[in-house]
Amino acid sequence: MTQMTNDERRNWMGVLARAGAAGITARLDAAPPLPPHTRLRGPEIGLTMLRGRAGGDGAPFNLGEMTVTRCAVRLEDGTVGHAYLAGRDLRGAELAAVLDAALQDPTRRPALLETVVAPLAATQAEARSETARKAAATRVRFLTMANMR
Amino acid sequence: MYVAVKGGEAAIANAHAWLAEERRGDPAVPEIGTDQIGEQLTLAVDRVMAEGSCYDPGLAALAIKQSRGDLIEAIFLLRAYRTTLPRFGASEPLETGAMLVRRRISATYKDLPGGQVLGPTFDYTHRLLDFALAAEGHAPSPAPEADPGEDAACPRVTAMLADEGLMAPEQPSDAEPGDVTRTPLTYPAGRALRLQNLARGDEGFLLSMAYSTQRGYGANHPFVGEIRQGEVTVEIVPPELGFAIEIGDINVTECQMVNQFNGSRTEPPQFTRGYGLVLGRTERRAMSMALVDRALRAEELGEEVVAPAQNEEFVLSHSDNVEATGFLEHLKLPHYVDFQSELEIVRAMRAAATPQAMREAAE
Repeated sequence: MTQMTNDERRNWMGVLARAGAAGITARLDAAPPLPPHTRLRGPEIGLTMLRGRAGGDGAPFNLGEMTVTRCAVRLEDGTVGHAYLAGRDLRGAELAAVLDAALQDPTRRPALLETVVAPLAATQAEARSETARKAAATRVRFLTMANMR
Repeated sequence: MYVAVKGGEAAIANAHAWLAEERRGDPAVPEIGTDQIGEQLTLAVDRVMAEGSCYDPGLAALAIKQSRGDLIEAIFLLRAYRTTLPRFGASEPLETGAMLVRRRISATYKDLPGGQVLGPTFDYTHRLLDFALAAEGHAPSPAPEADPGEDAACPRVTAMLADEGLMAPEQPSDAEPGDVTRTPLTYPAGRALRLQNLARGDEGFLLSMAYSTQRGYGANHPFVGEIRQGEVTVEIVPPELGFAIEIGDINVTECQMVNQFNGSRTEPPQFTRGYGLVLGRTERRAMSMALVDRALRAEELGEEVVAPAQNEEFVLSHSDNVEATGFLEHLKLPHYVDFQSELEIVRAMRAAATPQAMREAAE
Protein backbone atom coordinates (compact mmCIF):
# COMPACT_ATOMS: atom_id res chain seq x y z
CA MET A 1 0.00 0.00 0.00
CA THR A 2 1.01 3.62 -0.34
CA GLN A 3 3.62 4.89 2.09
CA MET A 4 2.53 7.91 4.13
CA THR A 5 4.75 10.98 3.86
CA ASN A 6 5.10 13.70 6.47
CA ASP A 7 3.64 16.13 3.94
CA GLU A 8 0.46 14.09 3.61
CA ARG A 9 0.11 13.78 7.35
CA ARG A 10 0.84 17.48 7.83
CA ASN A 11 -1.88 18.24 5.31
CA TRP A 12 -4.65 16.23 6.96
CA MET A 13 -3.62 17.37 10.43
CA GLY A 14 -3.92 21.00 9.27
CA VAL A 15 -7.36 20.41 7.76
CA LEU A 16 -8.64 18.57 10.86
CA ALA A 17 -7.20 21.26 13.21
CA ARG A 18 -9.22 23.95 11.42
CA ALA A 19 -12.42 21.88 11.20
CA GLY A 20 -13.25 21.62 14.91
CA ALA A 21 -15.69 19.20 16.55
CA ALA A 22 -18.76 20.44 14.66
CA GLY A 23 -17.05 20.30 11.26
CA ILE A 24 -15.63 16.82 11.79
CA THR A 25 -18.83 15.39 13.31
CA ALA A 26 -20.83 16.62 10.33
CA ARG A 27 -18.62 14.49 8.03
CA LEU A 28 -18.55 11.33 10.16
CA ASP A 29 -22.02 10.08 9.10
CA ALA A 30 -20.74 9.55 5.57
CA ALA A 31 -17.45 8.00 6.78
CA PRO A 32 -16.57 4.44 7.80
CA PRO A 33 -16.90 3.99 11.58
CA LEU A 34 -13.90 5.21 13.60
CA PRO A 35 -11.82 2.50 15.33
CA PRO A 36 -11.89 2.24 19.11
CA HIS A 37 -9.11 4.14 20.89
CA THR A 38 -7.60 4.85 24.27
CA ARG A 39 -6.45 8.28 25.40
CA LEU A 40 -2.71 8.64 25.91
CA ARG A 41 -2.71 12.35 26.78
CA GLY A 42 -5.51 14.85 27.07
CA PRO A 43 -7.52 16.18 25.43
CA GLU A 44 -6.14 19.19 27.29
CA ILE A 45 -6.01 22.96 26.89
CA GLY A 46 -2.79 24.96 27.12
CA LEU A 47 -0.93 27.82 25.54
CA THR A 48 1.47 28.28 22.67
CA MET A 49 3.67 31.36 22.54
CA LEU A 50 3.25 32.99 19.13
CA ARG A 51 6.39 34.37 17.55
CA GLY A 52 6.97 37.05 14.99
CA ARG A 53 10.15 38.38 13.39
CA ALA A 54 11.51 41.91 13.83
CA GLY A 55 10.77 43.78 10.60
CA GLY A 56 8.94 40.69 9.32
CA ASP A 57 12.16 38.93 8.39
CA GLY A 58 14.63 39.54 11.24
CA ALA A 59 15.24 37.97 14.62
CA PRO A 60 12.30 36.22 16.35
CA PHE A 61 10.38 37.86 19.20
CA ASN A 62 7.50 36.70 21.39
CA LEU A 63 4.27 38.27 20.16
CA GLY A 64 1.76 36.86 22.65
CA GLU A 65 0.19 33.54 23.49
CA MET A 66 -2.80 31.66 22.10
CA THR A 67 -4.94 28.89 23.51
CA VAL A 68 -4.30 25.45 22.04
CA THR A 69 -5.96 22.07 22.59
CA ARG A 70 -3.98 18.89 22.14
CA CYS A 71 -4.71 15.19 22.33
CA ALA A 72 -2.87 11.91 21.75
CA VAL A 73 -4.64 8.57 21.33
CA ARG A 74 -3.71 4.94 20.58
CA LEU A 75 -5.66 2.48 18.47
CA GLU A 76 -5.88 -1.23 19.29
CA ASP A 77 -3.17 -2.01 16.74
CA GLY A 78 -0.80 0.38 18.56
CA THR A 79 -0.98 3.27 16.08
CA VAL A 80 -0.67 6.63 17.84
CA GLY A 81 -2.57 9.67 16.61
CA HIS A 82 -1.89 13.31 17.53
CA ALA A 83 -3.84 16.53 17.30
CA TYR A 84 -3.04 20.16 18.08
CA LEU A 85 -5.57 22.85 17.29
CA ALA A 86 -6.02 26.57 17.89
CA GLY A 87 -8.53 27.44 20.59
CA ARG A 88 -10.37 25.39 23.20
CA ASP A 89 -12.08 22.37 21.62
CA LEU A 90 -11.58 19.15 23.61
CA ARG A 91 -13.96 17.04 21.50
CA GLY A 92 -12.49 18.37 18.25
CA ALA A 93 -8.94 17.54 19.37
CA GLU A 94 -9.88 13.98 20.34
CA LEU A 95 -11.71 13.37 17.05
CA ALA A 96 -8.78 14.82 15.11
CA ALA A 97 -6.31 12.58 17.01
CA VAL A 98 -8.39 9.44 16.32
CA LEU A 99 -8.64 10.38 12.65
CA ASP A 100 -4.89 11.05 12.52
CA ALA A 101 -4.29 7.53 13.84
CA ALA A 102 -6.83 5.94 11.49
CA LEU A 103 -5.46 7.85 8.48
CA GLN A 104 -2.02 6.28 9.09
CA ASP A 105 -3.53 2.89 8.23
CA PRO A 106 -3.19 2.49 4.44
CA THR A 107 -6.37 0.37 4.28
CA ARG A 108 -8.49 3.00 6.02
CA ARG A 109 -6.84 6.06 4.49
CA PRO A 110 -8.48 6.37 1.04
CA ALA A 111 -12.05 6.26 2.37
CA LEU A 112 -11.32 8.71 5.22
CA LEU A 113 -9.51 11.11 2.92
CA GLU A 114 -12.46 11.03 0.53
CA THR A 115 -15.31 11.30 3.03
CA VAL A 116 -13.80 13.50 5.77
CA VAL A 117 -10.58 15.31 4.85
CA ALA A 118 -11.31 16.28 1.24
CA PRO A 119 -14.76 17.83 1.91
CA LEU A 120 -13.43 19.75 4.93
CA ALA A 121 -10.46 20.97 2.89
CA ALA A 122 -12.83 22.12 0.15
CA THR A 123 -14.95 24.09 2.65
CA GLN A 124 -11.85 25.73 4.09
CA ALA A 125 -10.48 26.58 0.64
CA GLU A 126 -13.79 28.16 -0.33
CA ALA A 127 -13.76 30.33 2.81
CA ARG A 128 -10.25 31.55 1.95
CA SER A 129 -11.27 32.16 -1.62
CA GLU A 130 -14.31 34.19 -0.52
CA THR A 131 -12.04 36.39 1.62
CA ALA A 132 -9.69 36.88 -1.33
CA ARG A 133 -12.61 37.82 -3.63
CA LYS A 134 -14.00 40.35 -1.14
CA ALA A 135 -10.54 41.85 -0.69
CA ALA A 136 -10.14 42.05 -4.47
CA ALA A 137 -13.38 44.05 -4.71
CA THR A 138 -11.77 46.71 -2.46
CA ARG A 139 -8.57 46.97 -4.54
CA VAL A 140 -8.05 50.56 -5.63
CA ARG A 141 -7.71 51.27 -9.35
CA PHE A 142 -5.79 54.54 -9.41
CA LEU A 143 -6.24 56.98 -12.24
CA THR A 144 -3.08 59.03 -12.44
CA MET A 145 -3.34 62.78 -12.99
CA ALA A 146 -1.61 62.29 -16.34
CA ASN A 147 -4.48 60.13 -17.56
CA MET A 148 -7.13 62.57 -16.39
CA ARG A 149 -5.66 65.57 -18.15
CA MET B 1 2.55 51.24 53.22
CA TYR B 2 -0.82 49.65 53.70
CA VAL B 3 -1.95 47.30 56.45
CA ALA B 4 -4.33 44.37 56.62
CA VAL B 5 -7.66 45.19 58.21
CA LYS B 6 -10.41 42.86 59.37
CA GLY B 7 -14.13 43.17 58.91
CA GLY B 8 -16.35 44.30 56.09
CA GLU B 9 -17.11 40.80 54.73
CA ALA B 10 -20.85 41.42 54.57
CA ALA B 11 -20.36 44.82 52.94
CA ILE B 12 -18.05 43.28 50.33
CA ALA B 13 -20.50 40.46 49.54
CA ASN B 14 -23.32 42.95 49.16
CA ALA B 15 -21.20 45.21 46.97
CA HIS B 16 -20.46 42.28 44.66
CA ALA B 17 -24.14 41.31 44.54
CA TRP B 18 -24.95 44.88 43.49
CA LEU B 19 -22.15 44.74 40.91
CA ALA B 20 -23.73 41.60 39.40
CA GLU B 21 -27.11 43.32 39.25
CA GLU B 22 -25.63 46.46 37.68
CA ARG B 23 -23.74 44.34 35.15
CA ARG B 24 -26.98 42.74 34.02
CA GLY B 25 -28.77 46.08 33.77
CA ASP B 26 -32.52 46.27 33.17
CA PRO B 27 -33.84 42.65 33.10
CA ALA B 28 -36.47 43.75 30.58
CA VAL B 29 -33.62 44.22 28.05
CA PRO B 30 -32.33 40.91 26.59
CA GLU B 31 -29.03 39.71 28.06
CA ILE B 32 -26.00 40.08 25.78
CA GLY B 33 -24.35 36.79 24.78
CA THR B 34 -20.61 36.28 24.57
CA ASP B 35 -21.21 35.08 21.00
CA GLN B 36 -22.76 38.47 20.22
CA ILE B 37 -19.76 40.25 21.73
CA GLY B 38 -17.43 37.94 19.78
CA GLU B 39 -19.21 38.59 16.48
CA GLN B 40 -20.25 42.22 16.81
CA LEU B 41 -17.74 43.93 19.12
CA THR B 42 -14.81 42.39 17.27
CA LEU B 43 -12.38 45.25 17.68
CA ALA B 44 -12.93 45.39 21.45
CA VAL B 45 -12.28 41.63 21.49
CA ASP B 46 -9.13 42.16 19.42
CA ARG B 47 -7.83 44.84 21.79
CA VAL B 48 -8.39 42.61 24.81
CA MET B 49 -6.58 39.72 23.09
CA ALA B 50 -3.67 41.96 22.07
CA GLU B 51 -3.14 43.56 25.48
CA GLY B 52 -4.21 40.46 27.39
CA SER B 53 -1.49 38.86 25.26
CA CYS B 54 -3.62 35.78 24.64
CA TYR B 55 -5.37 34.98 21.36
CA ASP B 56 -8.77 33.46 22.15
CA PRO B 57 -11.80 35.44 20.95
CA GLY B 58 -14.23 33.47 23.16
CA LEU B 59 -12.28 34.16 26.35
CA ALA B 60 -11.86 37.83 25.44
CA ALA B 61 -15.62 38.16 24.81
CA LEU B 62 -16.35 36.59 28.20
CA ALA B 63 -13.88 38.96 29.87
CA ILE B 64 -15.58 41.96 28.22
CA LYS B 65 -18.99 40.81 29.43
CA GLN B 66 -17.72 40.17 32.97
CA SER B 67 -15.94 43.55 33.13
CA ARG B 68 -19.04 45.45 31.93
CA GLY B 69 -17.01 46.63 28.93
CA ASP B 70 -14.11 48.02 30.99
CA LEU B 71 -11.42 46.81 28.61
CA ILE B 72 -8.49 47.21 30.99
CA GLU B 73 -10.39 45.13 33.57
CA ALA B 74 -11.08 42.58 30.79
CA ILE B 75 -7.38 42.53 29.88
CA PHE B 76 -6.56 41.89 33.55
CA LEU B 77 -9.05 38.98 33.64
CA LEU B 78 -7.53 37.42 30.52
CA ARG B 79 -3.97 37.85 31.83
CA ALA B 80 -5.02 36.18 35.09
CA TYR B 81 -6.69 33.27 33.27
CA ARG B 82 -3.67 32.56 31.09
CA THR B 83 -1.55 31.96 34.18
CA THR B 84 -3.75 28.91 34.97
CA LEU B 85 -2.82 27.15 31.71
CA PRO B 86 0.33 25.15 30.96
CA ARG B 87 2.48 26.31 28.07
CA PHE B 88 2.94 23.60 25.43
CA GLY B 89 5.68 25.44 23.54
CA ALA B 90 6.28 28.21 21.02
CA SER B 91 5.14 28.58 17.43
CA GLU B 92 7.34 28.92 14.40
CA PRO B 93 7.75 32.65 13.57
CA LEU B 94 4.60 33.81 11.74
CA GLU B 95 5.00 34.19 7.97
CA THR B 96 3.34 37.55 7.53
CA GLY B 97 4.52 37.63 3.92
CA ALA B 98 2.17 34.70 3.21
CA MET B 99 -0.83 36.40 4.85
CA LEU B 100 -4.34 35.93 3.46
CA VAL B 101 -4.70 39.68 3.00
CA ARG B 102 -7.94 41.44 3.93
CA ARG B 103 -6.34 44.87 3.84
CA ARG B 104 -3.02 46.08 2.53
CA ILE B 105 -2.11 49.68 1.90
CA SER B 106 1.08 51.61 1.23
CA ALA B 107 1.59 55.34 1.54
CA THR B 108 4.96 55.20 -0.21
CA TYR B 109 3.99 53.58 -3.52
CA LYS B 110 0.81 54.24 -5.47
CA ASP B 111 1.22 51.31 -7.80
CA LEU B 112 2.76 48.27 -6.27
CA PRO B 113 2.46 44.54 -6.88
CA GLY B 114 -0.72 43.27 -5.23
CA GLY B 115 -2.17 46.79 -5.24
CA GLN B 116 -3.81 48.84 -2.54
CA VAL B 117 -6.50 46.72 -0.88
CA LEU B 118 -8.75 48.78 1.38
CA GLY B 119 -10.51 45.91 3.16
CA PRO B 120 -13.25 46.47 5.76
CA THR B 121 -11.99 49.88 6.92
CA PHE B 122 -13.43 52.90 8.77
CA ASP B 123 -11.26 55.11 6.51
CA TYR B 124 -13.34 57.26 4.12
CA THR B 125 -16.48 56.87 6.26
CA HIS B 126 -17.97 60.24 7.21
CA ARG B 127 -17.95 59.61 10.94
CA LEU B 128 -21.60 60.56 11.16
CA LEU B 129 -23.72 58.55 13.57
CA ASP B 130 -25.73 56.01 11.60
CA PHE B 131 -29.16 55.89 13.21
CA ALA B 132 -30.13 52.94 11.04
CA LEU B 133 -27.93 50.83 13.36
CA ALA B 134 -30.07 51.88 16.33
CA ALA B 135 -33.02 50.05 14.79
CA GLU B 136 -33.13 46.27 15.05
CA GLY B 137 -33.18 43.87 12.14
CA HIS B 138 -30.39 45.66 10.32
CA ALA B 139 -28.94 43.07 7.93
CA PRO B 140 -26.40 44.41 5.45
CA SER B 141 -26.26 42.86 2.01
CA PRO B 142 -23.20 40.66 1.37
CA ALA B 143 -20.06 42.57 0.37
CA PRO B 144 -19.30 42.61 -3.37
CA GLU B 145 -16.72 40.19 -4.68
CA ALA B 146 -14.22 40.39 -7.53
CA ASP B 147 -11.78 38.06 -9.21
CA PRO B 148 -8.47 38.35 -7.30
CA GLY B 149 -6.57 37.68 -10.54
CA GLU B 150 -3.06 36.39 -10.83
CA ASP B 151 -1.32 39.48 -9.42
CA ALA B 152 -2.99 39.19 -6.01
CA ALA B 153 0.24 38.24 -4.20
CA CYS B 154 1.53 41.09 -2.03
CA PRO B 155 5.34 41.26 -1.75
CA ARG B 156 6.71 43.32 1.12
CA VAL B 157 7.38 46.99 0.42
CA THR B 158 10.49 46.79 2.61
CA ALA B 159 11.79 43.98 0.40
CA MET B 160 11.32 46.19 -2.68
CA LEU B 161 13.49 48.89 -1.08
CA ALA B 162 15.97 46.30 0.16
CA ASP B 163 16.38 45.01 -3.41
CA GLU B 164 17.67 48.47 -4.33
CA GLY B 165 19.97 48.47 -1.30
CA LEU B 166 18.09 51.42 0.17
CA MET B 167 16.65 49.66 3.21
CA ALA B 168 18.74 48.69 6.20
CA PRO B 169 18.38 44.91 6.43
CA GLU B 170 17.21 43.16 9.56
CA GLN B 171 19.74 40.84 11.12
CA PRO B 172 18.70 37.32 10.11
CA SER B 173 18.64 35.19 13.23
CA ASP B 174 16.99 32.20 14.82
CA ALA B 175 18.11 33.12 18.32
CA GLU B 176 15.72 32.14 21.13
CA PRO B 177 14.03 35.41 22.17
CA GLY B 178 13.63 36.49 25.80
CA ASP B 179 10.16 36.45 27.30
CA VAL B 180 8.82 39.21 29.56
CA THR B 181 6.25 36.79 31.01
CA ARG B 182 9.05 34.58 32.34
CA THR B 183 11.85 36.95 33.31
CA PRO B 184 11.52 40.48 34.70
CA LEU B 185 12.80 43.21 32.37
CA THR B 186 16.31 44.53 32.89
CA TYR B 187 17.88 47.34 30.89
CA PRO B 188 19.04 47.57 28.20
CA ALA B 189 16.32 45.10 27.18
CA GLY B 190 17.08 44.79 23.47
CA ARG B 191 14.74 44.73 20.49
CA ALA B 192 13.06 41.32 20.95
CA LEU B 193 11.88 42.17 24.47
CA ARG B 194 10.93 45.68 23.36
CA LEU B 195 8.75 44.30 20.57
CA GLN B 196 7.04 41.84 22.95
CA ASN B 197 6.44 44.61 25.47
CA LEU B 198 5.03 46.97 22.82
CA ALA B 199 2.82 44.26 21.27
CA ARG B 200 1.00 43.92 24.62
CA GLY B 201 1.32 47.55 25.74
CA ASP B 202 -1.59 49.87 26.39
CA GLU B 203 -2.96 51.26 23.14
CA GLY B 204 -3.49 54.75 24.55
CA PHE B 205 0.06 54.86 25.87
CA LEU B 206 1.53 53.64 22.58
CA LEU B 207 -0.59 56.13 20.64
CA SER B 208 0.57 59.05 22.81
CA MET B 209 4.22 57.99 22.62
CA ALA B 210 3.96 57.62 18.82
CA TYR B 211 2.20 60.99 18.57
CA SER B 212 4.94 62.64 20.63
CA THR B 213 7.54 61.53 18.06
CA GLN B 214 5.41 63.02 15.28
CA ARG B 215 5.24 66.32 17.14
CA GLY B 216 9.02 66.52 17.37
CA TYR B 217 9.99 64.71 20.57
CA GLY B 218 12.34 62.28 18.86
CA ALA B 219 11.23 62.90 15.28
CA ASN B 220 11.98 60.12 12.82
CA HIS B 221 10.27 61.19 9.56
CA PRO B 222 7.96 58.20 9.14
CA PHE B 223 6.14 56.95 6.07
CA VAL B 224 3.73 54.05 6.13
CA GLY B 225 5.66 51.69 3.90
CA GLU B 226 2.94 49.15 4.35
CA ILE B 227 0.08 48.10 6.58
CA ARG B 228 -1.30 44.62 6.08
CA GLN B 229 -4.05 42.92 7.98
CA GLY B 230 -5.42 39.42 7.55
CA GLU B 231 -5.03 35.79 8.49
CA VAL B 232 -1.72 34.07 9.06
CA THR B 233 -1.21 30.38 9.63
CA VAL B 234 0.19 29.23 12.97
CA GLU B 235 2.68 26.38 12.74
CA ILE B 236 4.25 24.43 15.56
CA VAL B 237 6.75 21.58 15.61
CA PRO B 238 5.58 19.09 18.25
CA PRO B 239 8.60 17.17 19.55
CA GLU B 240 6.72 13.88 19.23
CA LEU B 241 6.27 14.49 15.49
CA GLY B 242 9.49 16.31 14.56
CA PHE B 243 7.90 18.19 11.65
CA ALA B 244 5.83 21.38 11.40
CA ILE B 245 2.04 21.17 11.48
CA GLU B 246 -0.60 23.87 11.04
CA ILE B 247 -2.90 24.36 14.02
CA GLY B 248 -5.10 27.14 12.64
CA ASP B 249 -5.15 30.73 11.43
CA ILE B 250 -5.22 33.96 13.42
CA ASN B 251 -5.91 37.60 12.55
CA VAL B 252 -2.94 39.93 12.86
CA THR B 253 -2.02 43.44 11.73
CA GLU B 254 1.48 44.37 10.61
CA CYS B 255 2.88 47.84 10.00
CA GLN B 256 6.21 48.67 8.39
CA MET B 257 7.16 52.29 8.93
CA VAL B 258 9.89 53.52 6.61
CA ASN B 259 12.11 56.25 8.01
CA GLN B 260 14.79 58.35 6.39
CA PHE B 261 18.20 57.87 7.95
CA ASN B 262 21.09 60.21 7.23
CA GLY B 263 23.70 57.57 7.82
CA SER B 264 26.38 57.26 10.44
CA ARG B 265 30.10 56.57 10.59
CA THR B 266 29.44 52.94 9.69
CA GLU B 267 26.16 53.09 7.72
CA PRO B 268 25.40 54.85 4.40
CA PRO B 269 22.31 57.09 4.08
CA GLN B 270 19.34 54.80 3.62
CA PHE B 271 15.90 54.00 5.01
CA THR B 272 15.38 52.24 8.31
CA ARG B 273 12.26 50.60 9.59
CA GLY B 274 10.06 50.65 12.60
CA TYR B 275 8.04 47.50 13.01
CA GLY B 276 4.61 46.82 14.41
CA LEU B 277 2.96 43.42 14.67
CA VAL B 278 -0.12 42.94 16.82
CA LEU B 279 -2.81 40.35 17.46
CA GLY B 280 -6.15 41.13 15.85
CA ARG B 281 -7.37 43.90 13.59
CA THR B 282 -5.86 46.71 15.60
CA GLU B 283 -4.34 49.03 13.03
CA ARG B 284 -3.89 52.07 15.29
CA ARG B 285 -1.78 50.06 17.72
CA ALA B 286 0.25 48.46 14.93
CA MET B 287 1.12 51.92 13.57
CA SER B 288 1.86 53.26 17.07
CA MET B 289 4.05 50.27 17.83
CA ALA B 290 6.03 50.77 14.61
CA LEU B 291 6.71 54.45 15.40
CA VAL B 292 7.78 53.69 18.96
CA ASP B 293 9.93 50.73 17.83
CA ARG B 294 11.79 53.06 15.47
CA ALA B 295 12.16 55.74 18.15
CA LEU B 296 13.63 53.16 20.53
CA ARG B 297 16.24 52.21 17.95
CA ALA B 298 17.81 55.68 18.31
CA GLU B 299 20.82 54.49 20.27
CA GLU B 300 21.45 51.54 17.95
CA LEU B 301 21.39 53.92 14.97
CA GLY B 302 23.68 56.47 16.60
CA GLU B 303 20.98 59.10 17.13
CA GLU B 304 20.86 61.32 20.18
CA VAL B 305 18.43 60.03 22.83
CA VAL B 306 16.57 63.16 23.93
CA ALA B 307 12.84 62.36 24.00
CA PRO B 308 10.71 60.09 26.20
CA ALA B 309 9.73 57.83 23.26
CA GLN B 310 13.45 57.11 22.65
CA ASN B 311 14.06 56.13 26.26
CA GLU B 312 13.78 52.35 26.52
CA GLU B 313 13.38 52.19 30.28
CA PHE B 314 10.77 54.95 30.32
CA VAL B 315 8.66 53.38 27.56
CA LEU B 316 8.91 49.72 28.57
CA SER B 317 8.32 50.28 32.27
CA HIS B 318 5.20 52.38 31.73
CA SER B 319 3.50 50.66 28.79
CA ASP B 320 1.69 47.87 30.61
CA ASN B 321 -1.80 48.87 31.69
CA VAL B 322 -2.27 45.92 34.06
CA GLU B 323 0.88 46.84 36.00
CA ALA B 324 0.04 50.54 35.86
CA THR B 325 -3.52 49.94 37.05
CA GLY B 326 -2.31 47.72 39.88
CA PHE B 327 0.08 50.34 41.18
CA LEU B 328 -2.40 53.16 40.72
CA GLU B 329 -5.29 51.30 42.34
CA HIS B 330 -3.26 50.10 45.32
CA LEU B 331 -3.69 53.69 46.53
CA LYS B 332 -7.26 52.67 47.37
CA LEU B 333 -6.03 50.13 49.92
CA PRO B 334 -5.94 51.20 53.58
CA HIS B 335 -3.01 53.54 54.22
CA TYR B 336 -4.27 54.45 57.67
CA VAL B 337 -0.94 54.10 59.50
CA ASP B 338 1.01 56.01 56.83
CA PHE B 339 -1.53 58.76 56.81
CA GLN B 340 -1.68 58.92 60.61
CA SER B 341 2.05 59.63 60.74
CA GLU B 342 1.78 62.28 58.01
CA LEU B 343 -1.04 63.87 59.95
CA GLU B 344 1.13 64.06 63.06
CA ILE B 345 3.98 65.64 61.08
CA VAL B 346 1.78 68.29 59.48
CA ARG B 347 0.21 69.12 62.86
CA ALA B 348 3.67 69.40 64.45
CA MET B 349 4.89 71.67 61.65
CA ARG B 350 1.85 73.91 62.00
CA ALA B 351 2.35 74.12 65.77
CA ALA B 352 5.99 75.10 65.26
CA ALA B 353 5.19 77.82 62.76
CA THR B 354 4.75 81.29 64.25
CA PRO B 355 1.53 83.16 63.53
CA GLN B 356 3.70 85.74 61.69
CA ALA B 357 5.14 83.08 59.31
CA MET B 358 1.65 81.63 58.74
CA ARG B 359 0.38 85.05 57.65
CA GLU B 360 3.29 85.55 55.26
CA ALA B 361 2.76 82.12 53.73
CA ALA B 362 -0.92 82.88 53.25
CA GLU B 363 -0.07 86.12 51.41
